[in-house]
Amino acid sequence: MNAMPARPVLIDAASDAAPPDKSAAPSKAMKPKTSGMKVLPLKMPSSMYAARISSALGNTAVTVIPPLVVVAVMLLVWQLATDRPGAALPSPLKIWAEAGDLIVSPFFVYGPQDIGLGWRVLTSLERVAYGFGLAAVFGIALGAMIGQSVWAMRGLDPIFQVLRTVPPLAWLPISLAAFQDSGPSAVFVIFITAVWPVIINTAVGIRNIPQDYRNVAEVLRLNPFEYFWRIMIPSAAPYIFTGLRIGIGLSWLAIVAAEMLTGGVGIGFFIWDAWNSSRLSDIVVALIYIGVVGFVLDRLVALIGRIATRGTANA
Amino acid sequence: MTMTEKPFLQIQGVHKTFRRGGSETEVLHDISLDIAEGEFVSIIGHSGCGKSTLLNLVAGLTRVTTGAVLLENREVNDPGPERAVVFQNHSLLPWLTVYENVHIAVSKVFGRTKSRAERHDWTLHNLELVQMAHAKDKRPAEISGGMKQRVGIARALAMEPKVLLMDEPFGALDALTRAHLQDSVMQIHARLGNTAIMITHDVDEAVLLSDRIVMMTNGPSARIGEVLDVNLPRPRKRLELAADARYIQAREAVLKFLYERHRFVEAA
Repeated sequence: MNAMPARPVLIDAASDAAPPDKSAAPSKAMKPKTSGMKVLPLKMPSSMYAARISSALGNTAVTVIPPLVVVAVMLLVWQLATDRPGAALPSPLKIWAEAGDLIVSPFFVYGPQDIGLGWRVLTSLERVAYGFGLAAVFGIALGAMIGQSVWAMRGLDPIFQVLRTVPPLAWLPISLAAFQDSGPSAVFVIFITAVWPVIINTAVGIRNIPQDYRNVAEVLRLNPFEYFWRIMIPSAAPYIFTGLRIGIGLSWLAIVAAEMLTGGVGIGFFIWDAWNSSRLSDIVVALIYIGVVGFVLDRLVALIGRIATRGTANA
Repeated sequence: MTMTEKPFLQIQGVHKTFRRGGSETEVLHDISLDIAEGEFVSIIGHSGCGKSTLLNLVAGLTRVTTGAVLLENREVNDPGPERAVVFQNHSLLPWLTVYENVHIAVSKVFGRTKSRAERHDWTLHNLELVQMAHAKDKRPAEISGGMKQRVGIARALAMEPKVLLMDEPFGALDALTRAHLQDSVMQIHARLGNTAIMITHDVDEAVLLSDRIVMMTNGPSARIGEVLDVNLPRPRKRLELAADARYIQAREAVLKFLYERHRFVEAA
């Protein structure tokens, strides 16, 4: 009786990062312990302090040391492999010598095109903020609509499945032709790249709202607006954030590619510019910047998601 | 009840057929039942006999195929807070606290008629009624199954329903918690005098709580097989009743119906 219609094929985007994030559970379990300890610090012998500090240090060491070792080994291998005259790629030491200032001071301004990578990243982030923001708003709204209607799902899903596989850069010429300007084009490319996973995941999340919650809403006679805010969004939140997380990753992929072609002051254009003037060391530094920023963006959305979906994950 | 006075809740010649693909299954066949105001009625039957469907029809969550459900002479067509439901699996919203779960119902039903402070007090009052005020800031995931069901009952009561509908409210609970909650429901019923319909498959629960027990035959096409009046004085105490001849008689009557005349035949 309550069997839902078979899920369509669209879900692969969702199943990548999979629905409710259970990682919130362990941190929740830890909380009472630490707060319980705070209550009795006065009676705690100093040896226990030492034990706690050393265990905290131990925990940090366990998570920090392995990646440090791996990075050190990689740098060493890289250095050994490229440390000879005529090597095609620069060695780490050469990069440090040539592009050390880019690493050390991200926020210098020497001239209109000679600014620190921090500024360039911020410019790119601004574009991502516009494009991704639009994608989030449209994606959630559209996904909510589609998730509620079987016919909208049947009609639109195949189209989405086709469109979402189009690479970001393929949209650029059309976007340039439509907007006649590189700024909005770049934003549009980010939007069109990031919007699909948001739509698809939101729609799946809406479709998976348990019948129980729908019944509660019906008995309470919630109007559509209340139903949207009080039932749909919280219930689908874990799915929505999965979509947003995939979306922000794609946005960051798209911005670099788009900026390479549209120019301006973003980090993507910096790479293109550096390539044209054969500054390979600068490119390597820029790559590291991009990687770190992308990582931070992903973690940021994950963190917001964890805070926002607190309580929904373990229904 | 005089001749002119119509019963509070009427179920009149209700049939319910579910259609799936090309095939139709009749779940309920010609169900008629009158329930007086303040009456506590249990519906008992083997699983799959359509008793939950019957409750959903009264709740308005499912539409009748033919026949009608009338509450105070008005036909029931859609769900509404005057027929609050206590769901089998509590159905609390996990992202809201215990207080918020009840408060959402209170603000929806009394948004216009009560002030903000009154709604707050009414929410707390109902939580106190089920002895859950102490956990008002906890989330459903942080409280036990019995506590969740208490909050579910508080949410339903807070709507001041004309009829309280309970769909196997204690089915998922252990025996001790169940007994505890049954006592709570009896106290609340004695205090508020709600009209209540409860779905159950527990014979003792039905006899202990009900004024009348409606026994359903096995589905498909389930009918009302028998209706038993339980003439035990209230308040009822489970320990004293255990040896009471009338209690034992009522219990036996239901057991005989369920296990002799309408034995559950496992679908092959």
